[in-house]
Amino acid sequence: MSDNYEPQSAVGKWIDKRLPLISLFSGHLMQFPTPKNLNYWWTFGGILTFCLITQILTGLVLAMHYVADANLAFASVEHIMRDVNYGWLLRYMHATGASMFFIAVYIHMARSLFYGSYKEPRELIWIIGVFIFLLMVATAFMGYVLPWGQMSFWGATVITNLFSAVPFFGEAITNWLWGDYSVGSALLTRFFTLHYLMPFLIFGLVILHIWALHVPGNNNPEGIDVIKGQDTVPFHPHYVVKDVFALVVFMIVFAGFVFFSPNILGHSDNYIQANALQTPEHIVPEWYFLPFYAVLRAIPDKLGGVIAMVSAIAILAFIPWLDHSKVRSAKYRPLYKQFYWLLIFDFILLGYLGAQPATGIYLILGRLATLYYFLHFLLVMPLVGYIEKPKPLPKSISEPVLSNEEQQAKANLAT
Amino acid sequence: MGTDKNRSSEETKVTRRDFLYLTTGSFTAVGVGAVAWPFIVQMNPDASVKALASTEVDLSPIMPGQSISILWRGKPVFIRRRTPEEITEAQAVKEADLPDPETDEARVQKPEWLVMVGVCTHLGCIPLGNKGEYNGWFCPCHGSHYDTSGRIRKGPAPKNLEVPKYVFLDDNTIKIG
Repeated sequence: MSDNYEPQSAVGKWIDKRLPLISLFSGHLMQFPTPKNLNYWWTFGGILTFCLITQILTGLVLAMHYVADANLAFASVEHIMRDVNYGWLLRYMHATGASMFFIAVYIHMARSLFYGSYKEPRELIWIIGVFIFLLMVATAFMGYVLPWGQMSFWGATVITNLFSAVPFFGEAITNWLWGDYSVGSALLTRFFTLHYLMPFLIFGLVILHIWALHVPGNNNPEGIDVIKGQDTVPFHPHYVVKDVFALVVFMIVFAGFVFFSPNILGHSDNYIQANALQTPEHIVPEWYFLPFYAVLRAIPDKLGGVIAMVSAIAILAFIPWLDHSKVRSAKYRPLYKQFYWLLIFDFILLGYLGAQPATGIYLILGRLATLYYFLHFLLVMPLVGYIEKPKPLPKSISEPVLSNEEQQAKANLAT
Repeated sequence: MGTDKNRSSEETKVTRRDFLYLTTGSFTAVGVGAVAWPFIVQMNPDASVKALASTEVDLSPIMPGQSISILWRGKPVFIRRRTPEEITEAQAVKEADLPDPETDEARVQKPEWLVMVGVCTHLGCIPLGNKGEYNGWFCPCHGSHYDTSGRIRKGPAPKNLEVPKYVFLDDNTIKIG
């Protein structure tokens, strides 16, 4: 179906013979056989592509007006907000866009976890995805430093100081990162350079991510292999329309934030210019880092905290082997399903705790939640694979839909 | 109500689907345009640039036969206090002899003061003063000659040197822009 596309026009044929670009796009974006039972959780891949392109385009435009120098950066951001034509809109799109990007990526990851999309033969898709997430974290963090407000400055100070936890070489590494003896212009300029570069690396990984996806094809809510032709529909128009509809709904929410409460997801302290002589009372990262921030603070040891925080992301890459159950979809895994929701709750709890002061009950809860986070992957996932008795899988993705009708028909016959 | 409309649209072969296609397409086009506009217009001169778009100049130190260059919108503006000879020379030129016909009276507010943007209308170089075959300005880049009124007389430039908008605030001060 996808392999034998023939362009009709003479120009199309001429180009396609030399560079089969039209066939490639037609095969992968038009005729690509897609399981017919994908639900709306599957639309977040397209939404994430939209987010990445939005960030690249608005970022490109902001970079035309931004100055990456410690003495000028804060003023140049205010210049964008006040003077540049539609600068306020473009900056709010970029800043809110980062939050929207993370909302979408967390949903996308949660969907993969629920439906077992990381399992054989899709392990590499998932691992590439973990790397994309890691790059997103780095990019978002560096981007938050650029406005050079109080939160930017002290966030950069705290995070770069994590590297001072490295034994023996800690100080040398931080000085190397800073290009100075503290956070300053040198760091700002290199962060700007890397912040500009990384989205393109992400873009490259996204292409690999989609390429790896298009080898086995999509997983689906039933988690069973599909029979090409019988269980699939062409990507266009079926999923193009579904994705676009979901995207439009997503854009409405996005626009709602941009136009009605662009600053609700940020911190007001970042509208105070960076001051190397005063730390804000409350240092909190952007909301999308809070769960990992809570993990960092839960460990009462400098190096241990850093290792735990890095491991919290790194551990995701090993999930395809930690969870060895052959059943993909949690729909047919009664036990795993309960732990899955416990993990989601745990992650949200960590996010809440990350925003609270690290004292008293918050600290105790933070430690418990951190403990469960790691236990879930290291202990629960492997064990559930042994203990659990999965529900019988349907023979095809059509069965769960048809079986209802059949049962009704049988019931009608019996009476 | 619905059935009547459907019947008539079947006759004219305009289907409900055609209508949806067109409305969706139109709304998409408007939406894309509305989103594209900020991305395009952000490159235009911004508010801080526009705020600097006028400059006041004190003319009192300039003697007849002297000229100064000041920076306005990033470009040089020549302000020359012309001698009576230069004024008569400029006024005596026949319009028919000019590539870009313009009277000297149209180019000045007070004959003594010639104010113009010092950018050659050929390719943007700055002409040199008191040079050229017409005692005015001469552009070293491609050899354009301007007269004592800043009008093009010879060479590749197509237009006279541009006269910016300006007003005399009093006898000794002008505001350009």
